[in-house]
Amino acid sequence: MIEVIAAGMFTTIQDSGRYGYRKWGVPLSGVMDQRSARLANHLVNNTNDEAIMEITMTAPILKFNVDTVIAITGAGFSPSVNGQKISMNKAVQIPKGSVIKFGKPSYGVRAYLSALGGFSVPKILDSYSFYPNITENFHIKKGNILSINTSEIPTTDLANSSVKISKAHFESPIITVDKGPEFNLLSRGVREKLLHQSFEISNDSNRMGYRLSAAENIAAAEIITSSVQPGTVQLTPSGQIIILMRDCQTTGGYARILQLTDEAINILAQKRAGESVRFVLRKLPF
Amino acid sequence: MSFSLTYQPFGAHAVLICWPNIIDSDVRKDIQIFEAKILNKFSEHILETVIAYSSLILFFHEDAVVCDLISPLKDLYIAPGENQKKEYHIWKIPVCYKPQFGMDIEGLAKEKGYTLPEVIAMHTAPLYEVYFIGFLPGFPYLGGLDSRLATTRLEIPRMAVPKGAVAIGGNQTGVYPSESPGGWHIIGNTPLSFFDINASVPSFLTAGDKLKFIPINEKEYHQIAALQKENSYEIESEMYHD
Repeated sequence: MIEVIAAGMFTTIQDSGRYGYRKWGVPLSGVMDQRSARLANHLVNNTNDEAIMEITMTAPILKFNVDTVIAITGAGFSPSVNGQKISMNKAVQIPKGSVIKFGKPSYGVRAYLSALGGFSVPKILDSYSFYPNITENFHIKKGNILSINTSEIPTTDLANSSVKISKAHFESPIITVDKGPEFNLLSRGVREKLLHQSFEISNDSNRMGYRLSAAENIAAAEIITSSVQPGTVQLTPSGQIIILMRDCQTTGGYARILQLTDEAINILAQKRAGESVRFVLRKLPF
Repeated sequence: MSFSLTYQPFGAHAVLICWPNIIDSDVRKDIQIFEAKILNKFSEHILETVIAYSSLILFFHEDAVVCDLISPLKDLYIAPGENQKKEYHIWKIPVCYKPQFGMDIEGLAKEKGYTLPEVIAMHTAPLYEVYFIGFLPGFPYLGGLDSRLATTRLEIPRMAVPKGAVAIGGNQTGVYPSESPGGWHIIGNTPLSFFDINASVPSFLTAGDKLKFIPINEKEYHQIAALQKENSYEIESEMYHD
């Protein structure tokens, strides 16, 4: 059992996504930064699909009333156990009774905490990912009690596993994209602006989408409602650029001008309001 | 199958197939026929599919090379298929149009110059067609609204439109399956659940189904709501062939 002493700004349980239900309008959901989340699961020998904790901007305080092994990856929140700093990107033994606290993120905004065996939350529509009106909880609250699946405490070689991560994942302003379905309908001038200008991430950015600061003289007409997916860059008639993220709607009526690569979604998921990004077209293999 | 389609990769794992940009029942039928053929032929590559008014998106497994799949998809579209008649439902959806359930119905009637019974008659007369489900879990995109009821969206969207709200926005009408923000005019409420995570299929509607709104009074609303709560309300429906 893990007791939530403080919840943090927006702490949720996620997995790799709720596949198979988009035809009924159910968002895909799942971890925002898949690369960091997969790493956290690997470090404790979990599969990619195991339920993991996603921590955003301000971290929770957790009391572990169980012996386990955890790994923390993603944003640099300076985690500590009972006041002792612990390494990130490393499997760490947690004795029963430990309290885990975090500092403020020195890089990135989202951290992942995996526990050996995975978090035990109800699987709804084939996924553990929190989403309003689908799962009972939308985010973790103070006082919540979380369970983890029981698993044999492993041998020392697991508890020693660690990896080095590249800082580029958190620092690169480059967002790699493919052309979206409506890209070719944009005028040459708009395309050039889009690909040669930096855009600032605005405050209004969350798991559903990231909004970018308005740019002048960029706009696109609405379309007949059609499919969108995480990573779709929409351009509205008033010039707003919205990058859809994991909790986005399944369909939308704005022009889909670009599509982020999987890795670009992970990189964007670690960016905060005020940071600048630049779109770079991926060279296609054909 | 006689439409001129476009095929394009949409990111690394999806192909978007587009029909002519119109909202049309024949396009919807053709999309569904092609979707069934694709699912039949390429099921091992496909993670899921989503249809919209004039498009079909195919999401493939991560290891699939989507640009290699476009040419076989084109061949499949023109290949002869079994002409299977698909069966669909016509669902009868009870709606209470009393102003306490539809807070905007009086305003809408006044704006359009109709009486409440006239608005209700105009909204309950059509057989609406379900084009697809999107926007929110279980939200049906319906075709068939009487153009005399078309209205601009609210200037300031509501923070919370109640679950079951039957509403009009632009030239569309729909049902909110769960409480959510929304900018449509609320004209009534249905006691039915349009999205149920405990059902084997979370939405009882599929593209191609038809809806008929049936006006009910407040007493009937609460009776149906109570039955629905204990899972003993069976939605009235009949079958039809495309």
